[in-house]
Amino acid sequence: MADSKYLVGVFDDGDELLHAVEDIRHQGVKIHEAYTPFAVHGLDRALGYSFPRMGVAAFLFGITGTCCALLLTFWTMGVDWPINIGGKNFFPFPTNIPIVFELTVLLAAFGMSFTFFFMEDMGPTAKPIIFDVRSTDDKFVLAIDLAKNKLSEGDISKILKESGASEVNVKEV
Amino acid sequence: MHVVSPIRETLVLNGKSYHDVTEDICKQVEGKPTKEWKIVFGISVLVLLYGAAWVFWTWWEGLGVWGLNKTVGWAWDITNFVWWVGIGHAGTLISAVLLLFRQKWRTSINRAAEAMTIFAVICAASFIVMHMGRPWLAYFALPLPNTFGSLWVNFNSPLVWDVFAISTYFSVSCLFWYIGLIPDLATIRDRATGTRKKVYGALAIGWTGGARAWARYEDVSLILAGLSTPLVLSVHTIVSFDFATSVIPGWHTTIFPPYFVAGAIFSGFAMVQNLMLVTRVVYKLEDYVTLEHISLMNKIITLTGSVVGIAYITEFFIAAYSGVEYEQYAFINRASGPLWWSYWAMMTCNVLSPQLFWFKKIRENILVSFIMAVIVNIGMWFERFVIIVTSLHRDYLPSSWTYFTPRMGDISDYIFSFGFFFTAFFLFAKFLPVINMAEVKSVLKSSSEKYPEKKKATV
Repeated sequence: MADSKYLVGVFDDGDELLHAVEDIRHQGVKIHEAYTPFAVHGLDRALGYSFPRMGVAAFLFGITGTCCALLLTFWTMGVDWPINIGGKNFFPFPTNIPIVFELTVLLAAFGMSFTFFFMEDMGPTAKPIIFDVRSTDDKFVLAIDLAKNKLSEGDISKILKESGASEVNVKEV
Repeated sequence: MHVVSPIRETLVLNGKSYHDVTEDICKQVEGKPTKEWKIVFGISVLVLLYGAAWVFWTWWEGLGVWGLNKTVGWAWDITNFVWWVGIGHAGTLISAVLLLFRQKWRTSINRAAEAMTIFAVICAASFIVMHMGRPWLAYFALPLPNTFGSLWVNFNSPLVWDVFAISTYFSVSCLFWYIGLIPDLATIRDRATGTRKKVYGALAIGWTGGARAWARYEDVSLILAGLSTPLVLSVHTIVSFDFATSVIPGWHTTIFPPYFVAGAIFSGFAMVQNLMLVTRVVYKLEDYVTLEHISLMNKIITLTGSVVGIAYITEFFIAAYSGVEYEQYAFINRASGPLWWSYWAMMTCNVLSPQLFWFKKIRENILVSFIMAVIVNIGMWFERFVIIVTSLHRDYLPSSWTYFTPRMGDISDYIFSFGFFFTAFFLFAKFLPVINMAEVKSVLKSSSEKYPEKKKATV
C-alpha cells in the first residue's frame, strides 16, 4: 500500500474536540477518525457513525445459547437416558431453567465480545496505527487523511487550528 | 451531557488533570516493586505454600484430615465455599449494577473489586475440588457423553446448576474485567518501551481509542452489565438452592435466595472495603478513593446488613409459624444449642455492628471502617457455618447427634485460600492498573473542582 499522509490535530479537551468535529465536518473536511483517552459521549454521532448495534450480536448468540441448552437438557434427560425419579416427568421444564439461563448469558456475553473484537480488528497480534501516543493519556486526537480530502494541507491545518487544536502534526503511515 | 448536582461531593480530589490520573495509576505498574509490596507478597506466598502442602495432604490422605463425622458431612469446606462465592459477588455487582444505575463513584473501585471477584471465585471453586477428594475425576461434573460412564449428569440437581452457574459467572466476570482493562492496557503500552510494550501491547489487542471503537465499547459494556446483573443474582440464588432444595430443617426455606444474595453483597462490599482501604494508602490513591467512597460503601454495608438481619428474624418467625416441630427445633437449637456461640457471633457481627454506620462520624472513620469490614466478614463466615453445621449436627435421630470440631486439615485448607487470594491480589496490584483510568478520566470533569466553568458550560 502506498504511504498515506495524515494531518493530526491534537486537542486538550473532549468537549473542544466534539465542537471541532462538528465545525470541521461542516466545512467539508472528511475526518479519518477521532482518538480519545476515554469515551466522549456524542462523538460517534458528531462523526456521523450509525448507532452501535452490539445488542443484535448479543441477542443472536444468546438465543443460540438458549436453544443449545434446551437441546442439551432435553436430549440427555428426555431422550438419551431418561431416569425415573419417583415417577416424575423425565424432562421437568422448571429444573432446567438455571442451565438454560446460564448458557444463554455465557454465549451472549462471549459471542458479543468476540464480535466486537472481530469488528474492530482486535487481537493479540494486531498492529494498530497510533497517530499520537498521548491519545491514550490526556490528548484528544483527530486524524485527517489528506488523500481523501480535496482541500490542501495548509487549508485543513488552518481549519484545525481555528477550531481549537493546540497542535497540528503530520504523520505518514 | 454530564449533569451533576452541586451538593454532591467531588469524586476525585485535588484537581487532578487527565495526565495526573495516568501518572498516579501507572506509577506502580511501571516502577520497581516497593519494599512493602515485596514483604506482603512474600508473606502471602509463604501462606500459600503452607496451604498448598495441606491441600496436597488432603488429597493424599483423604477427607479424613477434616473434622467431618457421620452426622456432619458438610462443614468448613462448604462454609468456605459459600463465603468466598459471596465475597465474589461485589466486583460484578459494583461494576454492573452500579453502571446500570449510573453511579459514577464506582469508577475508582470497580477494577480492584472485579479482580477480587475473580480471585474469590477461584478460592471458592478450590473448596469444591478439595471436597471431591479425587480431583482428577472433576470432569464427572460436566455433561460429557456416555462413554465416560453410564449416565449423563442429572440436570435436576442444584449441584449441577452450581457447576454451570459458577463457571459461567467466573468466565463472564473475567471477560468483563478484561474488557474494562483494554483501554488502560493501551495507555500503559503507549507509555512503555521494550518488552513491556510488547507484553502490554499484546494484552491491549490493538486498542487505539477510536470514536467508533469507543461507541461499540460502551455498548458492549452496557449490555455486559445488563447480562451480568441477573447473572450475579442467579449465582448466589443457585448456591442457596444447594441447601433450599434439600429437606433438612433449617435449609428447606424459600427465603434463601434473596437472603443469600443480600448476604453476598454484604460480605463482598466488606472485602472490597478492606482491600481498598489498604490499597489507597500503600499506593497513595487517597485522591481517588476518598472518604466519600468509603462512606458510600458503608451505607451499602448497612443496608445489606439490615436486609440480612431481617432475613434472620423472618426465618425464626416462619419456623415458629410453620408449626413444623423439626423446623422449630432447628432454630431453637441454633440460638441456644451447643453451637449457640456461633449463632450469636453471627448476630452481633452482621446485624448489630453495621448499625453503627448510622453515625456519620463512624461511617467516615477509616480505622473503624476497616475493623467493621473485618467484623462483617467474620460474621458472614459464621452465618454459613451456622446454616450448615447447626442444621446438620442434630439430625432426626438423637443417637447420631454430635458436635463439630475442626481439625488442622480444615483450618489449613482455609488458610490456603487466603494465601491464594492475597498472592493473586498483590500480583494484580503490581502488574495491572488498580484503578480504571479511562473511567476515572471520564468522570473527572463532571466531578472535579478544577473544572467549574467547563461544568457550567456543559450543564
